[in-house]
Amino acid sequence: MIKAILIFNNHGKPRLSKFYEHYSEDTEQQIIRETFHLVSKRDENVCNFLEGGMLIGGSENKLIYRHYATLYFVFCVDSSESELGILDLIQVFVETLDKCFENVCELDLIFHVDKVHNILAEMVMGGMVLETNMNEIITQVDAQNKMEKSEAGIAGAPARAVSAVKNMNLPEMPRNINIGDISIKVPNLPSFK
Amino acid sequence: MALKIVKGSIDRMFDKNLQDLVRGIRNHKEDEAKYISTCIDEIKQELKQDNIAVKANAVCKLTYLQMLGYDVSWAAFNIVEVMSSSKFTYKRIGYLAASQCFHESTDVIMLTTNQIRKDLSSPNQYDTGVALTGLSCFVTPDLARDLANDIMTLMSHTKPYIRKKAVLIMYKVFLKYPESLRPAFPRLKEKLEDPDPGVQSAAVNVICELARRNPKNYLSLAPLFFKLMTSSTNNWVLIKIIKLFGALTPLEPRLGKKLIEPLTNLIHSTSAMSLLYECVNTVIAVLISLSSGMPNHSASIQLCVQKLRILIEDSDQNLKYLGLLAMSKILKTHPKSVQSHKDLILQCLDDKDESIRLRALDLLYGMVSKKNLMEIVKKLMLHVDKAEGTTYRDELLTKIIDICSQSNYQYITNFEWYISILVELTRLEGTRHGHLIASQMLDVAIRVKAIRAFAVAQMATLLDNAHLLTGNTQRNGICEVLYAAAWICGEFSEHLEDPTVTLEAMLRPKGAADKNVAQETSQLLIDRLPLFVQSANLEVQERASCILQLVKYIQKLQLKDVEVAEEVTALFAGELNPVAPKAQKKVPVPEGLDLDAWINEPPSESESEDEGRTRRGKAVFAKEDSKHTKPRYTEVDEKELAKRREVRKAEQASNPFYIKASASSQKVYQDGVGVEHIPVVQIDLSVPLKVPGMPMSDQYVKLEEERRQKDKADKKKEKKKKRREKGEKGRRRRGDSGPESEEDITPAHMVDIITEEMPENALPSDDDDKDPNDPHKALDIDLDKPLADSEKKLPVRTHRPAEVLKSPVDDAEGVEVVPEPKKKSVKDKKEKKDKERKSKEEKKKKKKKQKHEDAEDLMGAGSEVPIQSEDTNDVAAPPPASTSNEASDLDFWLSNAPVPSNPQEEAVAAPSVSTPEAASVMAPDSEPDEAKDTEPEETKTTKHKKKKQKKEKEEKKKKKKHHHHHHHSDVAGDESVQNGTVEEEEPLPPMSNYALLAENSYIKMMKQDADEVCDIQGNLQDGSQVVVSIIFENKCDSFIKAMEFNVLDSLNSKLQRPEGAGPHDGLTVPFQLPPGVSNEARFVFSVQSIVMPQKLKGTLTFIVKTDDSSTHEKLDFKLHFTCTSYLITTPCYSDAFAKLLESGDLKGSSLKLEKVNQPFHHLLARICFHHHFSVVERIDSCASMYSRSIQGHHVCLLVKTADQTVCIDAKCDEPGLLGNVLDEIKMTFSQC
Repeated sequence: MIKAILIFNNHGKPRLSKFYEHYSEDTEQQIIRETFHLVSKRDENVCNFLEGGMLIGGSENKLIYRHYATLYFVFCVDSSESELGILDLIQVFVETLDKCFENVCELDLIFHVDKVHNILAEMVMGGMVLETNMNEIITQVDAQNKMEKSEAGIAGAPARAVSAVKNMNLPEMPRNINIGDISIKVPNLPSFK
Repeated sequence: MALKIVKGSIDRMFDKNLQDLVRGIRNHKEDEAKYISTCIDEIKQELKQDNIAVKANAVCKLTYLQMLGYDVSWAAFNIVEVMSSSKFTYKRIGYLAASQCFHESTDVIMLTTNQIRKDLSSPNQYDTGVALTGLSCFVTPDLARDLANDIMTLMSHTKPYIRKKAVLIMYKVFLKYPESLRPAFPRLKEKLEDPDPGVQSAAVNVICELARRNPKNYLSLAPLFFKLMTSSTNNWVLIKIIKLFGALTPLEPRLGKKLIEPLTNLIHSTSAMSLLYECVNTVIAVLISLSSGMPNHSASIQLCVQKLRILIEDSDQNLKYLGLLAMSKILKTHPKSVQSHKDLILQCLDDKDESIRLRALDLLYGMVSKKNLMEIVKKLMLHVDKAEGTTYRDELLTKIIDICSQSNYQYITNFEWYISILVELTRLEGTRHGHLIASQMLDVAIRVKAIRAFAVAQMATLLDNAHLLTGNTQRNGICEVLYAAAWICGEFSEHLEDPTVTLEAMLRPKGAADKNVAQETSQLLIDRLPLFVQSANLEVQERASCILQLVKYIQKLQLKDVEVAEEVTALFAGELNPVAPKAQKKVPVPEGLDLDAWINEPPSESESEDEGRTRRGKAVFAKEDSKHTKPRYTEVDEKELAKRREVRKAEQASNPFYIKASASSQKVYQDGVGVEHIPVVQIDLSVPLKVPGMPMSDQYVKLEEERRQKDKADKKKEKKKKRREKGEKGRRRRGDSGPESEEDITPAHMVDIITEEMPENALPSDDDDKDPNDPHKALDIDLDKPLADSEKKLPVRTHRPAEVLKSPVDDAEGVEVVPEPKKKSVKDKKEKKDKERKSKEEKKKKKKKQKHEDAEDLMGAGSEVPIQSEDTNDVAAPPPASTSNEASDLDFWLSNAPVPSNPQEEAVAAPSVSTPEAASVMAPDSEPDEAKDTEPEETKTTKHKKKKQKKEKEEKKKKKKHHHHHHHSDVAGDESVQNGTVEEEEPLPPMSNYALLAENSYIKMMKQDADEVCDIQGNLQDGSQVVVSIIFENKCDSFIKAMEFNVLDSLNSKLQRPEGAGPHDGLTVPFQLPPGVSNEARFVFSVQSIVMPQKLKGTLTFIVKTDDSSTHEKLDFKLHFTCTSYLITTPCYSDAFAKLLESGDLKGSSLKLEKVNQPFHHLLARICFHHHFSVVERIDSCASMYSRSIQGHHVCLLVKTADQTVCIDAKCDEPGLLGNVLDEIKMTFSQC
């Protein structure tokens, strides 16, 4: 079982948090903080497993993470998951994000956390791996997005236009983006399947 | 109005959406909290509007804020509103928000039930999908209960996308609503063979998750998983299955044997590291379960260790880590094969990665021996000095102590060395393990008598330098060591060289060093103790006041110049032995004692008195543990200790419940006395005993080496005899025997390790470690028990999954085990425990045997057995034939050949289809007893899971009650069946594939044949295999044995005989039959062509044994293989079915049946049951059905009915087969 999936950046700012067990908001924040603390102080070339599982559940839990450019992807799993399997799953997840957002970068995750959730929901459900085939995931996500668009129809058009304008016009926007504007490079890892 | 709407939508455009919110937060870095609070106010306004789009937008923003740590539970109701929007866009937002912030105590959740149900049945698959995803995060017991049925239905949805989600969510439903597990399980099992790989993987996932917690209930699925493992190419599925096998093998060693080969192949062939790693892991688990040591396993171990070494040497840190992890598992059972890689592991200790260092430490723990302990610890001590972080250093510290103290200090040959190590460890700054070190010091000093003098000396120096240690006064800090030091000095004061100095050190800041130290001390105590008397801690308070009184008394006596010293020492007589940690738990509560009951009415007035009494009550079961006192307190001196002891003794003496030291511990004590008188090995004087606080453990290493060399030299001289003696001595003392070579190393000290005390009447129970709150405990459900009526809430599909093989279980199992499997296992455990006291060998045997039996029970209970066999079970009143165990499912599978090559079985296949009446014949076995059986009993013993079958059975019973027929010959009675069941809503006629095969009147032997079950393995390649089950029933009063089954092979069908047997040899039936008993055997036939029905002639020969004589008898029979028997029930979904029909490869044929006056569903059920079809779709009086032959031919039926006329249009890619199947169907109906 996967107990939690966390994405945060190099400064520990949460970009996505998905807990498959319930915790209060405060505990969740604490878990994110502590996980960040554990993960961030590790060198780049050490192993991707951490037995700091005391945060969630018990000592049988492990943290399995990958670090891409500015973002950490952390999965907290119990002993029924294969460590290497989860590493590959993270890779699949990131590649899927890359496909869905077309060259994903931290900004995409910042502004579209809902979409990231939707993609994740096609991969992991209730803590169990639902689908590992990237094409299948993308097919389902696209189909749902298409539905969403058709529902918005004509009424959605002006809203979209306005939001596009908002995005364009604000001069401060590029300034702010500097922090996270590094696109996540998806390295070509040997594929799992 | 229209204008208003337009205006509204324009307003909306300028509402803040999620992106705006995020942007805003990023622009307000300085006053983020303030900005967010204004946003929340806006959101609250938005939520008040009627426009669902506005609400959804607000909820979307809330979801984001929730991630940032803001509590949004106040909006729960709005979330529910958004969830119930008809638009997918909003619905998705709502469900996402719900999944992020709903939990069991969210009260609005109960409002969602109907909405979710509606979404689940939505025609849009994504509505359903979103609902399932959301539900998986916030399902509650109530939701699980209310929606279980809906979700179960979705498991058979036409869309694989929904199916896989529904399958996965079932796990959550099971967790919250364990009652659903049994009804849903058959369908879940079906999904293991779903055509869609995603669904299959989901089902594997769920079952693995379930089985991990309660593996024994899933043992019966092993054959199925084995098949999946050998056929699947999906690494995810393979990993899960292999992990599952890792959990199953400890329960069934034979499974392990079967697994080794395919796993080894995988290890050699796979390129995926993840898969390789899991294979190695499972092989290790197998090897552990087989640790009995089969010769050829060393190869497997070598393979594993080799592969792991490759992993560890890999530059990828992940692989290195996992390699070490797996290595530590091997270590437990095969330490030798790991020890050869010590160099590699020590190397890992220097790794820059902390995770890897920790893993390497774990490995070291198992690699120490008497030889290398000092060396390894020395290396670790170096690391302790180098370690930068306190966490890692603390970890090292605990590991050093663990390593040294493991298995009762088994590997320590020199305790002086160990004490020095401990003292060195006290110099670690900022450690959090002061307490651990302290307890080690106490433990060693108490239990190793010979070391006391040395320990006391060391402790005295420690106390002298107490100022070095008191810098860190936090809890669990190193200062706790002082407590141990003081305690040791006090307890073993006879070894103190200069008590006054020590005492001074203890009571620093110093009091005057008078001649009359005792009086000084007493005075000091009297001064200080009142402080403790007021302590908030009851225990401290009580002891302090006790001691205060005693000291006062002694002081009074001393002032009067009375000689009290002796009496005081008398108080100290007796040993304080260590008490086993579980000792208290093991003391049974004496009968009639209720610990919770008040001894007196709880009066508020006399509190003090009351307190005293409750304390006493506590003391009844707990030996007072002096360790609980505060350090300062023990510093006082012997007198206090004496006093405490005295108090305790008095209490004990007057206390009838006090458990006197057990005989065994007394013996130990006596031995100890003996040992004390033995002149212990001379302590080398070069050891710097008096360097204050600076013992040098390193020197011991050198000394030890020298000593060993000397020993070796000595030994060479002294020759074997002496050595043997010594070895024995050492062994006796240590209560264990290390590897042989280690026995050569004699301990430097003759050490008497006192074992921990246990109360005499301790209860032998070890199972107190299970967490009662574990949600998985509720899922420990016997899945193999047949479903009771009440459990079958759902119409379960009528087809039988093509199981590999099933088999009957003998009566005893059926009756005894199934109704109360838990109780039995408990009993077994107890028995096992008792037995353990007996000799080792016996124990081993017993264990094995019991395990075996357990497994068999499970399997027997678990297998889905064809109905008929159940009947046999019910029937057999006489003692179970012991051999019948062998027939059980798993055993059958586990017997190495995939196909039963055992010659045991007799194949007698009767045309089950063509003789429906005969089918009901199964009754014969049920005999008179059965008629009397009450229903509940009956249901308990039955093994089948299918509703239909179940019903059928009940009906049969009813029928029997009516007719009181005892013999199978009453077959004709069947017709009444249908009438008997009209009351029920969907009554189904009884059906059975068993038919009378042949009967011998003389000996009255009865055989019945089973429907053919296809062995799926190898069905497509080397011809097809058909398994025939036959029930043999002994109807005479004599014993029947030596049954031999033979069939004249035809060109097309051949009985499979064991290798080496000639084509005309018979197969021996693997059991004997006492009078009245029936049992089932299976025979495998290989079939070339399945287009035509076949008939085979066969003979059964057997010996009838009576008291005085035995006669050879024989019985001829004819086996009829119908074409139907080559069909396997295969589920098919309507879309696939439609495609199949469109493809045009199939040839058609049709059949008309007239005057069939059965309800349509009866008709379908009959076709399903007798002809192995499954219903694809049914609309009113029209149904499409599907089946597949063992050679892969598709058979499709379209069944229509009108006015007693049934039209069957059939299509198949093999016309010959189709024609015969139709003929057989016709026959079925013409007979009813």
